[in-house]
Amino acid sequence: MNHTLKRLSSLLAEGKASSVELCQDYLARIASLNPTLNAFVTTDPERTLAEARAADALRAEGKGGALAGVPVAHKDIFCAEGWRTTCGSRMLADFVSPYDAHVIERFKAAAMPCLGKTNMDEFAMGSSNETSFFGPVRNPWDTARVPGGSSGGSAACVAAGLAPAATGTDTGGSIRQPAALCGITGLKPTYGVVSRYGMIAFASSLDQAGPMARDAEDCALLMNVMAGFDPRDSTSLERDTEDYARDLDKPLTGLRVGLPREFFGAGLGAETAAAVEAAIGQLRKLGATTVDIGLPNSRLSVAAYYVLAPAEASSNLSRYDGVRYGYRAPEYTDLTDMYERTRAEGFGAEVKRRIMIGTYVLSHGYYDAYYLQAQKLRRLIARDFAEAFRQCDVILGPTAPTTAFRLGEKTADPVEMYLSDIYTIAVNLAGLPGMSLPCGFDGQGLPIGLQLIGDYFAEARMLNVAHQYQLATDWHARAPGLDAS
Amino acid sequence: MQWETVIGLEIHAQLSTRSKIFSGAPTAFGAAPNTQACAVDIALPGVLPVLNRGAVERAIRFGLAIGARLNRVNVFDRKNYFYPDLPKGYQISQFALPIVEGGSIDIQVGEDTKTIRLTRAHLEEDAGKSLHEDYHGMTGIDLNRAGTPLLEIVSEPDMRSAAEAVAYARALHTLVTWIGICDGNMQEGSFRVDANVSVRPRGQAEFGTRREIKNLNSFRFLEQAIDYEIRWQIERIEDGHAIQQATVLFDPDTGETRMMRSKEDAHDYRYFPDPDLLPVKLEEDWIEQVRAELPELPGAMRERFQREYGLSAYDARQLTGRLELARFFTSTVSLTGANKAKQVANWIMGEVSRRLNAQNLPIEACPVPSETLAQMVSLIDQGIISHKAAKDVLFPHLWELGQQVLAGTGTLSFPTQDGAVESIIIQKGLAQQNDAAGLEKIIDEVMAATPKSVEEFRAGKEKAFNALVGQVMKATRGKANPAQVNELLRAKLSAG
Repeated sequence: MNHTLKRLSSLLAEGKASSVELCQDYLARIASLNPTLNAFVTTDPERTLAEARAADALRAEGKGGALAGVPVAHKDIFCAEGWRTTCGSRMLADFVSPYDAHVIERFKAAAMPCLGKTNMDEFAMGSSNETSFFGPVRNPWDTARVPGGSSGGSAACVAAGLAPAATGTDTGGSIRQPAALCGITGLKPTYGVVSRYGMIAFASSLDQAGPMARDAEDCALLMNVMAGFDPRDSTSLERDTEDYARDLDKPLTGLRVGLPREFFGAGLGAETAAAVEAAIGQLRKLGATTVDIGLPNSRLSVAAYYVLAPAEASSNLSRYDGVRYGYRAPEYTDLTDMYERTRAEGFGAEVKRRIMIGTYVLSHGYYDAYYLQAQKLRRLIARDFAEAFRQCDVILGPTAPTTAFRLGEKTADPVEMYLSDIYTIAVNLAGLPGMSLPCGFDGQGLPIGLQLIGDYFAEARMLNVAHQYQLATDWHARAPGLDAS
Repeated sequence: MQWETVIGLEIHAQLSTRSKIFSGAPTAFGAAPNTQACAVDIALPGVLPVLNRGAVERAIRFGLAIGARLNRVNVFDRKNYFYPDLPKGYQISQFALPIVEGGSIDIQVGEDTKTIRLTRAHLEEDAGKSLHEDYHGMTGIDLNRAGTPLLEIVSEPDMRSAAEAVAYARALHTLVTWIGICDGNMQEGSFRVDANVSVRPRGQAEFGTRREIKNLNSFRFLEQAIDYEIRWQIERIEDGHAIQQATVLFDPDTGETRMMRSKEDAHDYRYFPDPDLLPVKLEEDWIEQVRAELPELPGAMRERFQREYGLSAYDARQLTGRLELARFFTSTVSLTGANKAKQVANWIMGEVSRRLNAQNLPIEACPVPSETLAQMVSLIDQGIISHKAAKDVLFPHLWELGQQVLAGTGTLSFPTQDGAVESIIIQKGLAQQNDAAGLEKIIDEVMAATPKSVEEFRAGKEKAFNALVGQVMKATRGKANPAQVNELLRAKLSAG
């Protein structure tokens, strides 16, 4: 079950499989492995198969695009009509969305059936998938370890072959870090390229949806489905439609790869450093040159992020008040008590921690010292990148400092957990596109992720680099040895 | 001690857009609860706001009308607080960079004109409504109003009495309806006033501590509430207490204000720029286009009425109380000619207004069209019909006719074509008698029938002359030209 989208598309086109058959196979594998991995929060085989039948009918009429009938999984942060949409929270454990997110509409328009909703850190707050109300997701390469987060369910289900591809969202690394820890390829597009409409907000100015798949080519195909202007999102960018696969086959001759010295310093695991070095060597062989660059303010990105993201989140999560939908405490004495109990019981510890941080930094007397200062840092960080892209076409480094860690290993120390995203966060603050692709394995057989960062709207170029690298390597083609018993 | 009152007003004007400020749901008043609240209005997970251009355009119109500065870049902020009828847990408003800053408006109090400065006007969304009465032990939430566009207009503390505050609120009410940005319906909450009131010893430079009276929805309540509040504050201070900053509500039943919350309960709203909305950029072209489409403003029109038509300041102000009234006046005058503007004004502010008020009709629903009124005024001026006959017989007849036409019960369409009113006058025998010979005969008869009055007049009693005029008018059934009666009667009396 390690087929790429491209392969599944040709199976369907050649009539060697129907969408219903594909979906049945994946659903069977989910039924068998999900109890171990916990990658899916919700499956609804009837709904999936109905969509598959519709896709088959469409193909029978000679209609539908290349991906019609190819199933995908969606992170449970996307509202999907008729599907329970939980965002990994008790607060929304019983919330059935009455409408579709823009991303879901796009997949429906492409006739791509939904295999289910994938597990995630609660409200996308976490780097290990341990904050989900529905329990942690296990890493398919070692089920004692975390898959990364917050799109851990999406990363794990693709790595384990429970779905050929999945959607994710990335606020500070939530596509790239789990992609790295699970050995798959994931892309966070330029802020504004994929509509946020219907995607449950964590930190509005940072959130961006993107594809998670087996390789860069599949990510390009998924980008063609997901990207595009949406007037319902005021931050959605009105641009000409582009084919993200257009540059995949270009040679890398003349490519200038920037290596930020800040990404190769203390804190980076030795095995990860070695794998990234080897990848650099591979790209040189493919015709790229490298240039040392500096991103001096990137060391401040975690600090800035943990002011701005909680500030926005504290406000975004105010709507979960027990009044109109979602969880409401069963017992309360008055309105204030209803609010307090509902939110105390409905949210988990990490979400409450961030709401408190966010409330604090926006409070009267602290706003200037925290929020405004962090906004200044954000501009400095963006300026560093602008400076760097005068000298190079893409920036390369590790995605995460280490490979997958054990469940519970970092839960006691939030700051150590936050440092998992030290290489990814600056990209969100600057609004740039970033991606992660597999570049090796450590001594314990755990995948290592390579991060590419592009200038605004350089997704096609980044996918080209990743695809050429993947043509020359096979890290992305390896699969964990899971027993489909 | 002599006390001085200081008042500043915050007015929420509901903007007259068809859809809400951040969603496509309709803004119409009075629908069944929650039938006009879409996914964005009820703040489902994942929904996002999209700014209504029409609301911004109306704010620009307002800014231009009060001579304010329009911030070419203005920003929407989130005002965070929890309340059941605030679905997102925050209100989208403008805090640090409002769309409109500065500007002023002139008010008239008695004989004096005073300029009231405005601090700012900003765009924001309304909240929903909590319905406490209808559900025993529970509160109903109606989100139809949630997301309705508001312009919050904040004045400087420039007013010194309840009368000034009312004059300012009225002037602003006239302006927002005049420029078509608000329907001004106070019963439906389209124009709501908060008053910040404080008192200080006369001559003291610093302001006293203010209390804010919330949500006054009529000019009468505004006046009553401020007057009560002033008395209450002065009493408190004179009794040796300090005023505590507070928000209060006015109870129309008792005529008193009562405390809603003190400063200690004040929220920390944690304002920050809404990351779901981009800063609003106002292009010069757009501003100029809005400027070009602005109607002549009430102040300018008032001055023109005085200058061009010789109207008094009072008349000019009355006629510019509403755009539709001013339009009725100018369209009538355009037919009669400017030299009859004063007569037109008198008719509109007299008989027309009296009858409209009695039937609670706005000028737009006036049964007598301006064309007809213009013909009538011209015919009076030409002496074809006397003022008295017009007022007592013709105008009531035209009014009745107009009502039948409006109700669709009359067989006639309304006589607006040239000569139409004149033929009614002839038809009804209302024409004024200007025939001197005929009139002299009647005067002779009256003098013969009332020798007592003739004698009294000749003995020097001027009053007796009026009695004789009255008799002559009665004898002609009002059709005589009073000036002519006067002249002929005097001639005959002195000749006799």
